[in-house]
Amino acid sequence: MSDFLMPSLGADMERGKLVEWLVKPGSEVKKGDVIAIVETHKGAFEVDIFEEGVISELCAGEGQEVPVGGVLARLMPSNSVPAIVPPPGPMAPTAVVKAPEVALAAPPSPGAPSASAKSPTVAQKVSSISPASRARAKVTPAAGRRAAELEIDPYTLKGTGIYGSVTIADVERASASQVSREASARPTRPGRGFDPLQMRQAIAAAMSRSKREIPHYYLTTTIDMGPSLSWLETFNTERPPDQRLLPATLFLKATALALREVPQFNGFWENGRFRPGSGIHIGWAVSLRGGGLIAPAVHDVDTMTLSELMSALRDLVARARGGGLRSSEMTNPSFTVTSLGERGADSVIGVIYPPQVATLGFGRIAVRPWVIDDKVTARPIVVSSLAADHRASDGHAGGLFLAAVDRLLQEPVKL
Amino acid sequence: MNSPVAKPVRMSYREACRQAIRDALTNDPRTFLMGEDVGLYGGCYAVTKGLLDEFGPSRIRDTPLAESAFVGAGIGAAVAGMRPIVEIMTCNFSLLALDQILNNATSIAHMSGGQFAVPLVIRMATGAGRQLAAQHSHSLEGWYAHIPGLKVLAPGTVEDARHMLGSALADPNPVLIFEHIVLYNAEDELDPAVASVDIGSAKIRRPGRDVSVLTYGNSLPKALAAAETLAKEGIEAEVVDLRVLRPLDNATIFESVTRTRRCIIVDEGWKSGSISAEIAARLSEDLFFELDGPIRRICSREVPIPYSRHMEEAALPQTSAIIETARILVGSR
Repeated sequence: MSDFLMPSLGADMERGKLVEWLVKPGSEVKKGDVIAIVETHKGAFEVDIFEEGVISELCAGEGQEVPVGGVLARLMPSNSVPAIVPPPGPMAPTAVVKAPEVALAAPPSPGAPSASAKSPTVAQKVSSISPASRARAKVTPAAGRRAAELEIDPYTLKGTGIYGSVTIADVERASASQVSREASARPTRPGRGFDPLQMRQAIAAAMSRSKREIPHYYLTTTIDMGPSLSWLETFNTERPPDQRLLPATLFLKATALALREVPQFNGFWENGRFRPGSGIHIGWAVSLRGGGLIAPAVHDVDTMTLSELMSALRDLVARARGGGLRSSEMTNPSFTVTSLGERGADSVIGVIYPPQVATLGFGRIAVRPWVIDDKVTARPIVVSSLAADHRASDGHAGGLFLAAVDRLLQEPVKL
Repeated sequence: MNSPVAKPVRMSYREACRQAIRDALTNDPRTFLMGEDVGLYGGCYAVTKGLLDEFGPSRIRDTPLAESAFVGAGIGAAVAGMRPIVEIMTCNFSLLALDQILNNATSIAHMSGGQFAVPLVIRMATGAGRQLAAQHSHSLEGWYAHIPGLKVLAPGTVEDARHMLGSALADPNPVLIFEHIVLYNAEDELDPAVASVDIGSAKIRRPGRDVSVLTYGNSLPKALAAAETLAKEGIEAEVVDLRVLRPLDNATIFESVTRTRRCIIVDEGWKSGSISAEIAARLSEDLFFELDGPIRRICSREVPIPYSRHMEEAALPQTSAIIETARILVGSR
């Protein structure tokens, strides 16, 4: 038996709302299956599972808010006989599953017919005064007092303390997220797209944190894209349009290989020190139509062929814009690349997405005078700019990294 | 002229106890030591070795095996103006003198309307861990902490072993000092700049933000070792040495638990009716709304302390239990 927990879909996420279950008790799941839709203030995400087994219990009802790390579902190995627990009704407490005969049981779910609905019983009156959750929830004394100060009902919260008790920290988290919820009224059952206002707030929070906490330093280098572009032209002429590569794939692959050479840019600054990323998962900044920005991860970029990378990018951008991103794509980018494309500016000096430690920007590829063998010639040029966290690395390493990107882009056939 | 800076001296808890007694005998002619085997034999834990030769039989007095008699004699001597130190071999045996301690020593000042004080100090060995079995291994200091009119001290460090006796002799009330049998061999550096210690306060031996571990006696080094391990996991335990079990230093205890909001009490006594129960009750009475988790107690198993080593170890509070309890209480963050 294992617990499937609410994933963290970004450094600033504290809780998420379970919008929709795509599995039910008894469903067999395997690694990579999308099992639920979770809404955060960045929008709705498909949550994929990393284990194989049978869903034995759904612990959160649709519409319920669950803190990061809270139990969403329980999973049993597929070969054992599952003890299936029926799903809770919307917002119902999880453990009350037996038919309610006694007072203080769960209120009947709205869809279920209730014989006693017309003439309320004493039990129902009591339960409307004192919901079932109140009898079960454990709230520490200190959390109770803090909740009163913050005008929060602690009995509605999911506890993270001993015995699942609601602690001061839980109350303060709930208060913080309530403040952000109140910032905009939302529909209770959103679609899978992004809420522009929420997105703006998420970007505001992450970028403010970045500029508040991260001592950025910046290095730029100008790269001759001649060899890359001519190789790309040859490669693309032999292929149908849907298999053609964009320069972005070369940027991504060169970045990934350079990160392999200079790994101190691939990872996270956490608790006062650098933690290396577990693979080279590059966040690819996608600007959304209607405003906003999101940087989901392309996983293990360094091991992909350019063609694989291109189709991964196409898929990712389509899903980012359509709102079908996976939780795993949001949780673990260890570096971010921004490419402005053809219509962009000459260069982009990035803001690091915390807790990552660096971001690389590519400006527009433009034909400019360039000196080769003491002669000025017209060449396609791109400015690549590294923004890096000075706590985690120094400028010398940044220089090595940019030089590696440059060198790799001069030999596209090896990418 | 530069005054010479005295260097820290390394010594054992046993040696610290002996030096404390020597000091007291040297500094005050009213002081004498009395107890079973304290003279010729040098004390059953060798604390008083050599003192008979140095101070003679009128001040280092071997007594018959009669706790009630020699504790009563000590009370009488104290009332008459002496400053006696009475040694009881182990606190299990002190029960034979409980009548003297409870009915006489603590009540004379009260019943005489304050005309008579009883400046008596009783030292006794306490605790388990040396395979001395069920009649020589119990921790009864919590019982004595129940009695008004007594002061109950539990030195857990070499410094307290060295200096608590002096403060106890200066106190007009009967004072019990519980020396833990496992600590006698503990060594530490003694700061020569410290000439005395108070016998009214608890001390924070290691600061921390996540959980207060309240303890005393031989559970103190266990708590410190646990805190060391927990720190590597990111859990900062604050170790509070109670030192004085009666009167308890509410201020220090409450201040610590108010800060950390979580509390573990480690007490070698039995859990039922223990000093840890008293502290837990005070915390829930006065600090209820500060607590962010239940109070936890780690005490000895409620059995006569076993003889065989592995069973004795299993019966006592151990470092591993403190670590495990702290992990659960603080939660993985």
